[in-house]
Amino acid sequence: MSEEKRKDAVQVTVEFSGGLEMLFEHQRKLQISMAKKGEEVPNVAELVSHLCNDVMKDSRKDLFVLDGTVRPGILVLINDADWELEGEDQYELQEGDNILFVSTLHGG
Amino acid sequence: MTTVSVVESLRQQIATCETQLGYLRQQLAEAEHLQQQRRLRGEESVRRTTDYDPLAHDMSYGLSDDFRSEIFAALSHAEEEQQEQSVQRWPLDRTEYKRYGRQLIMPEIGLQGQLRLKNASVLIVGVGGLGCPAAAYLVGAGVGTVGLVDGDVVEESNLHRQILHSTPRIGMTKVDSARVALNSLNPNVRLISHPTRLSPESAIATFQPYDLVLDCTDTPASRYLISDTCVLLGKPLVSASALRTDGQLMVLNNPPRAKGDGSGGPCYRCVFPKPPPPESVVSCGDGGILGPVVGVMGVLQALEAIKVITAEQPGVNGNSVRPTPADSPSLLIFSAYANPMFRSIRLRARKPKCAACSTQASVTPDALNSGSLDYVQFCGSINPVNTLSANERISVDNYAKIRMEVNPFTGMEPSRDSHILVDVREKVQFDLCSLDGSINIPFSTVSSVLTKEASEVESKWASELRSHSDKPIFVLCRLGNDSQLTVKRMKELGLDNGGQRWIGDIKGGLRAWRENVDNDFPEY
Repeated sequence: MSEEKRKDAVQVTVEFSGGLEMLFEHQRKLQISMAKKGEEVPNVAELVSHLCNDVMKDSRKDLFVLDGTVRPGILVLINDADWELEGEDQYELQEGDNILFVSTLHGG
Repeated sequence: MTTVSVVESLRQQIATCETQLGYLRQQLAEAEHLQQQRRLRGEESVRRTTDYDPLAHDMSYGLSDDFRSEIFAALSHAEEEQQEQSVQRWPLDRTEYKRYGRQLIMPEIGLQGQLRLKNASVLIVGVGGLGCPAAAYLVGAGVGTVGLVDGDVVEESNLHRQILHSTPRIGMTKVDSARVALNSLNPNVRLISHPTRLSPESAIATFQPYDLVLDCTDTPASRYLISDTCVLLGKPLVSASALRTDGQLMVLNNPPRAKGDGSGGPCYRCVFPKPPPPESVVSCGDGGILGPVVGVMGVLQALEAIKVITAEQPGVNGNSVRPTPADSPSLLIFSAYANPMFRSIRLRARKPKCAACSTQASVTPDALNSGSLDYVQFCGSINPVNTLSANERISVDNYAKIRMEVNPFTGMEPSRDSHILVDVREKVQFDLCSLDGSINIPFSTVSSVLTKEASEVESKWASELRSHSDKPIFVLCRLGNDSQLTVKRMKELGLDNGGQRWIGDIKGGLRAWRENVDNDFPEY
């Protein structure tokens, strides 16, 4: 809990929907702490690479990240808004942000 | 399908059609009866007039025949006029007041809303898990014309969710089956059949006569095609999808403004400019689907369609009604096992460089009509896995011999203990039905990465297999793809002792096993 108060890190909630949770051991919601590098605040791009490299245990990495960014067919939502409204992967994380990754579904 | 089941299916279809015919005959009899009654009542009222009216008395007994017939003609003309008046007197038919009464009294619908529904035509592409409930509610609500597009026939595995179809109609086209159900729900709605798969060449001509389109299909290729066609023709699109326990809903191209007009609603390409990699696309057949989940999404599509159709039209002063924040583009996410179940996400506006709805669009009517836009290629497709060499694979027939006869390769006597049979389907599927003596190591376990924390868990299955290093390993799955990848993975982990031990996959998986060896093995 002391980590939450740390000033050198940003705490965010990460959520998965549309089947992406299956790549993260069926966890729908994670609390992630992203360290600050001095004054530099981590952005969504860094969060994505942290999730892919350190958190994700499934070997099928390309179902989450492709060509260095979130693969086509996944919407990234920052506090319930499309990340395109917030500066995409350059958005700087703020304490308590909710980042939702939604895989599009095609069944019908 | 075996001949027996074809015969049975045909018998059932005939029975269904006969039931439907009987129903129509009954309706006809009732209608004729009603007509007869009206005619009798009409004659009676004339007779009553003749009997009790003083004028009629005069006409019958005191006036000349010529004059009497003139009066009769005038009277009957007046009556006709009155009847005509009663037709025009109310904007809706009396039966419509009754049928739609519960929605008519709502301010969201009212008389104008009902008239808009009656004058509207909606195209439903895909008459499956989404299309069935959507069509039922739109037909029930009195949408004037409903078009149905689907090239498939009803299958038994559809019935848990595709609520317009029924057991006796297995084998019938989905469009015909839906028509039977919808016609009996509300015979006042004009139903139009398009019993073929939508193609780029036919899309524009098919969509043209309709006001609004519902995307109830199940592939990325059809979703791009439908969105592009709606943009080209300026029609709003209600798009939904569902898989397992999740669903998604968007109202796209609403309002459907001209290309490049930023005040128009985004299209599917604005939200998803690039298609997902084909290996990430999971169908309901592979991933599963819970009936009420896809049902909820289809019902929501009908609801959004009703909202779009009955929305206030541009005001008399030419002031169009501005979209309220609630109308700004959004994606509704439904997760049956999450709390809360519904979540609404704000979507982007139109993309300034969108390939479909911007001024730089490359999607044009000519490109679509000529078939030069290949949506299947755009979205890609997965080739069946073929990563193993021939001597790493065994057919189901040969594997059956190993189980029941002498091993053709090693000359070993048949025995369950002579080898290890690994079934890599997920546990839930393994629990449904499995081959005797097989052990379950789910593909998700096999494919998870070896990290420090996970190594202990993983080593359990790997070390278990290592401890019987003399026995060959046969890997089996549902269709024969995951089994090949598992063989590769096991060899990477060195379970084959540098080639000392045979590890291979059973070609075609349990589907081939059922088809070639054991017809009794359940199909799911």
